[in-house]
Amino acid sequence: MARNLWSGIFFGLGLVAFLDEAVFHQILHWHHFYDKSTLSIGLISDGLFHAFSWFSTIGGLFLLADLRRRNELRLKGWIGAVLLGGGTFQLYDGLIQHKIMKIHQIRYVENVIIYDLIWNFIAIIMILSGLLLIIKTEKSSRGATDHAQ
Amino acid sequence: MHNEHIVQKFNFDLLLAAPFILLLLAYIFAVFRSNKHYKHWPLYRIITWKIGVICIMAVVLGPLAERIHTDFVAHMMGHLLLGMIAPLLIVLSAPMTLLLRCIPVNQGRQITKILKRLPIQLLTNPIIASLLNMGGLWLLYSTELFSLMHQNLVLYIFIHIHVFIAGYLFTASIIYIDPTPHRKSYLYRAVIFILASASHGILAKHIYVHPPSSVLASEAENGAMLMYYGGDAVDIIIILIFCFQWYKASKRKSWLPKKAVNI
Repeated sequence: MARNLWSGIFFGLGLVAFLDEAVFHQILHWHHFYDKSTLSIGLISDGLFHAFSWFSTIGGLFLLADLRRRNELRLKGWIGAVLLGGGTFQLYDGLIQHKIMKIHQIRYVENVIIYDLIWNFIAIIMILSGLLLIIKTEKSSRGATDHAQ
Repeated sequence: MHNEHIVQKFNFDLLLAAPFILLLLAYIFAVFRSNKHYKHWPLYRIITWKIGVICIMAVVLGPLAERIHTDFVAHMMGHLLLGMIAPLLIVLSAPMTLLLRCIPVNQGRQITKILKRLPIQLLTNPIIASLLNMGGLWLLYSTELFSLMHQNLVLYIFIHIHVFIAGYLFTASIIYIDPTPHRKSYLYRAVIFILASASHGILAKHIYVHPPSSVLASEAENGAMLMYYGGDAVDIIIILIFCFQWYKASKRKSWLPKKAVNI
């Protein structure tokens, strides 16, 4: 199960970072490449997460392929881990990177607070539903082994 | 007068192109020799070698090379070709394996002996290779070195050779194609790769905000974005190859009886 969780968390984190780049930077142009108020710690954090996210998207999928090869994939738990990893990164991005490190805002409009609230609310929903799925899978797999015994 | 100039330019370009054409021919010659005694050399390796050498040529002569001195975006394109794309393609063409196949066995043993010595071991260590690669770039773009380089031809040539060699060592220290005596674990290489790649992205944003002196802000912004996203594109290919190698290697491991598995 631990491998399922890591694979899902990595892929989820990478997926959210990829959607952030593709949708909010490239398609909508809401996010800016650079914001004058960025702290230098923000640049470092952004650089690290950006580099890590490519690795974790691809690496997460290879781990998934490996799980299937070993017949160890627990799809429900894996999806839960994707939501957990994605939600955690989105919350980190929304609270720490956007607000404290000021790497950029979600959109350059008045009342950006509304965008922030929706952004972080979605992140929390993702984390909670991810955790729920993981706990359910853990329980059912424990039930299955108990039953087998 | 004008024609004379063109002829001179043509001759000079030919002179610059000569070593690269020799490299292209030497590889083909080596492939023919290797095919006589060994398994057929894969076609894709010949292609990656050719495109790799042509990428270096594009930085040395031709239309892009002429714009590199005046246009920062062209400079960054040249940097991507010389420091990332060409090294990756040349690593993929496995030149050391080909060389070892073409020379007598005792000479080959001597070469592998040299490869096992400490200096080479250090240079192909992912941490040292990353420091050479990224450290060189930080020095170049965040100090006066960038404008000094454009005033001094020797410095210019030295830096460009360094960019290629450091890029090659870095790529070869992450993905193993040629024989690599001192191998590092996948996790170790992954961590170093992520840190190096992060520092590349941070440097790109640093250039966006603080352009090297003598570079216009608008050119610096476009050049920095090319560096950021171009670096990503090459990184994705390296990550895919790296993960694929892990995937194949871990399959072989899972065939072994459980007790022998060493994680």
